[in-house]
Amino acid sequence: MTTEIDRQWTTRLRRRAEGKLPPEKLLPDTQPSYVSSWIYVFGVTTMAALCMVIATGCVLAIFGPQWWHTSSVGHFVNSLHLWAVEIFFFAMVIHLWGKFFMASWRGGRTLTWMTGVVTFLASIAAGFTGYASQSNFDSQWITTQAKDGINASGAGSFFNVLNLGQMLMWHIVLLPLVAVLLTVLHVLMVRVKGVVPPFSDETTEVAR
Amino acid sequence: MTKAFRPDVDAPEWKGGYAPYDILKEGTIALVVVALLTIALALIFSSPDEHAVTIKSWSNATPVDFAQTALSELNGTSGTAQYGAPYNTASEGQKLGPLALAKWAGARIPVNTVRDFVIDPLRALPDQPPLTQGLATWRSASDATRTNWVAHYTKAASQMTYANGQVVVSTTNAGPVPLFINDLTMMARSGALDQALVTQHGFYTTDYTKPLLFLSDGSYLKNLAQKDHLLGTQWGMMNETGSYPGQAWLWLYTFWYQVTPFSTSANADVQVWGLMMLLSVILLFVPFIPGLRSIPRKSRVYRLIWREHYRNL
Repeated sequence: MTTEIDRQWTTRLRRRAEGKLPPEKLLPDTQPSYVSSWIYVFGVTTMAALCMVIATGCVLAIFGPQWWHTSSVGHFVNSLHLWAVEIFFFAMVIHLWGKFFMASWRGGRTLTWMTGVVTFLASIAAGFTGYASQSNFDSQWITTQAKDGINASGAGSFFNVLNLGQMLMWHIVLLPLVAVLLTVLHVLMVRVKGVVPPFSDETTEVAR
Repeated sequence: MTKAFRPDVDAPEWKGGYAPYDILKEGTIALVVVALLTIALALIFSSPDEHAVTIKSWSNATPVDFAQTALSELNGTSGTAQYGAPYNTASEGQKLGPLALAKWAGARIPVNTVRDFVIDPLRALPDQPPLTQGLATWRSASDATRTNWVAHYTKAASQMTYANGQVVVSTTNAGPVPLFINDLTMMARSGALDQALVTQHGFYTTDYTKPLLFLSDGSYLKNLAQKDHLLGTQWGMMNETGSYPGQAWLWLYTFWYQVTPFSTSANADVQVWGLMMLLSVILLFVPFIPGLRSIPRKSRVYRLIWREHYRNL
């Protein structure tokens, strides 16, 4: 017999979360023995680089968009931000190709793959708006060239790459929010389903 | 009852061994290594920050290019004047097959190059009796008269020079147009036009649409970009100034611009954009696409990734 407490939204959500992601899955202390390749390093490297991107971006945000043009410390923080982004994309692309050649969508992991791809695309947009927000010669040239592609798609009527304020808001608020939320979702899915096992030619039954 | 096992969709249940795994330690080590690598790269290579081009720097460096561009804004031959959506309705814009996507989205960021780039900025100049008179003459003239003045000036402007602080064009019957082009050039060289183009809607601004469009209509910005290998034909979309990696992840997007039919197409921007959207959707839905989802199994690259596992079988 169910009680009022059992029927509460909060109780139901907690029990569902505990069922899907018990502590030993969320923070595992063992993993299957096949998880032993350098390719696995690039997932956690991408996450670490994302942390660096956000941390350095927060410092740049604290002092404002002009700071890094006029301060040597600001310029150094901008350099940290740039190189963290480069490492982020380098690791992310290798992670993506690695997961492709593992066919990591197998065994009910389709949404894990799809959230990863959308995170990659959102990150490209975040990177682009960052380049568009630099307020220097690079951003002038990049935006005046990129406008033609975006305008031709019809998106330029709403997403004006020549509007510095709009690009900066997308870069520091909207796209990081999307990228971080998708990354959290992606990682939780990995923890729920585990790392995809190797191909087994002998297996004849579905096992999930 | 069991379903048939689909090797590109289903995964076998793992019945092998498990190894110790400290997820927090792994994350911490990765963060420290990435932080140290980032600091090292920043210290060694820094980051590019070339000063933005201003209308002032452009018109002082190449006054004739500026004046010719100002004339193209006045006679309607500039890139912006003929752009179409989202700035105006002067052209239909690029089409993706039968789809005029830009036109359908509409001219939601209106730019009138005669008014916004020439007449309104000149009106903002104080204490200029000849200019005030010229603007009054322009305002009271018919469209046909204005067109005739601009046409006379344009015809003679191929011989335009800049000497003794003046734009020199030998022309007659051009009405106030010579005065406009000369005064606008003087305004630009003083820096006043930079301000006039961004303060049309008040004191505060973060919108640089108009000065950037004006700049990109001239040759100066493009020539600087060419020196820094930033043109589209130089794989410029993924480059940045100096020898920095830039947006290397845009290599495929940039690649299409280098090959036919895109390199010679008048609709290249929308075609490449459409192709990349299609490829992105395909990447997203790879798990559902027969043939594509079999590539990992058939390529056998996984044997390299899990070589230790297969060796121990």
